Amino acid sequence: MKYYLKTKFKIEYLLFLSVCFLIIRCNDTSEAYKPGQIQKINPESESYLKHEEIAVSPPPFSDGVFPCNDCHAFRKPNPVRRKLEWHEDITDIFNHDSENRWCLDCHDLIKRDSLRLASGKLLDFKESHKLCGQCHGDKLRDWKVGVHGRRTGEWNGKKEYYLCVSCHNPHSPKFKPIKPEAPPFREDEEIK
Amino acid sequence: MKKPVNYSGRRKFLKNLSLFAVGSLALSGCGPVTMKEFLQKNFRTLSKKEKDEIIKDLEKKYTAKYGKEFHVTDEPAADGVEFGYALDLSRCVGCRRCVYACVKENNQSRDPQIHYIQVLQMEKEKGIDFAHSDVHYNPELVPEEGYFYVPVQCQQCRNPQCTEVCPVKATWQEPDGIVVVDYNWCIGCRYCMAACPYGARHFNWGEPTIPADEVNPETHYLGNRPRMKGVVEKCTFCIKRVRNGKYPACVEICPVGARKFGNLLDPESEIRYILANKRVLVLKQELNTQPRFYYFFGV
Repeated sequence: MKYYLKTKFKIEYLLFLSVCFLIIRCNDTSEAYKPGQIQKINPESESYLKHEEIAVSPPPFSDGVFPCNDCHAFRKPNPVRRKLEWHEDITDIFNHDSENRWCLDCHDLIKRDSLRLASGKLLDFKESHKLCGQCHGDKLRDWKVGVHGRRTGEWNGKKEYYLCVSCHNPHSPKFKPIKPEAPPFREDEEIK
Repeated sequence: MKKPVNYSGRRKFLKNLSLFAVGSLALSGCGPVTMKEFLQKNFRTLSKKEKDEIIKDLEKKYTAKYGKEFHVTDEPAADGVEFGYALDLSRCVGCRRCVYACVKENNQSRDPQIHYIQVLQMEKEKGIDFAHSDVHYNPELVPEEGYFYVPVQCQQCRNPQCTEVCPVKATWQEPDGIVVVDYNWCIGCRYCMAACPYGARHFNWGEPTIPADEVNPETHYLGNRPRMKGVVEKCTFCIKRVRNGKYPACVEICPVGARKFGNLLDPESEIRYILANKRVLVLKQELNTQPRFYYFFGV
């Protein structure tokens, strides 16, 4: 008898628990914000559901220089550092540790349409940020999380990244000074 | 006994007449304010129905005024969002692109001129020193040797003094941290401007002018809808854009990528990365305003 009572109580207790569980589950329709989860703002727009990050297309090459093999296929590769007779538009402005570096530190000698990491690995021109990152690792790290460089789009959704070469000229990466927009109007300007 | 002569009819009539005269004089002095607008309640006490009606009237009014189809929304703050802003002092070159992108997005008056963003030029030798900063710098090219630039706009304080001093509660902090103004409720006393230690609030001394071809017709009731003479306005982190998931206009325009924006409650956001990994400061920390606008050194 005692045993029976005990089991009966147990079964009832279990039933009670499962009912409670069901009630809680049914009521829990709130979309509480959990850290790390992307907040849904506008149910119509799916773009808030996931981070979509799109790189903007790299800027176009100067007219007529790409593919490089159009010309270089007919030229003998020469690995010796020298003053080039060609590409003046680049050699004239080249200012990127120019004392120690030259073309073949980034461009491949044989596969002309590729970039080349220090390890010898070849890279497509579209992945140039990896090449930049082998020296500027801190910038690459910041860029990946959106702290270095520009992003446009949605702060909590679809974004467009600007690539290193979208803003920096790889042959002369330091920003040039620009013209500022007009200063605010000065009340005392008329009096002067 | 003689019954006293009853003047109340005439007195009452004269009293009402003078009240009416004073009332209508006051209303006519306010410019083209309709009776409906004059009697409108504080935005936060309006019902959904009243808001919708007011917004519909406003859309009609602005569409007629600027000859463009206007949209006014009152989109509320989303749950779990608190906006934060960070500006990289090591990158800003002082080009003022942000100032004018803001003017365009937020329909600020062109004349008299209102700018939400003041870019201050400071001497590197002096460090952050407001007293010797210059907002009117105008060289041929920026950045100038020996100077750095500190753009200042509303810091969206967690402890805002501007809302505290408002005698009519026409300005308040929204749940997502944006400090907004109900332009229809503002009485133009400018106490908030005196209270703000960042000079971030601006008064419409004259009837604002916006060229019809430059006006931005996508607006928010508490943000970039066209304002009227005699009210205070301020940066709202582009409330119309950010409540729709977009970056503020100043973030998108910045040519050097110095401006960063995001959700402080999302540990994956850019802004949280900056707070965790960079050297960060706030302006006038000693005043305990607790800004949500941070300055940092990216390099």
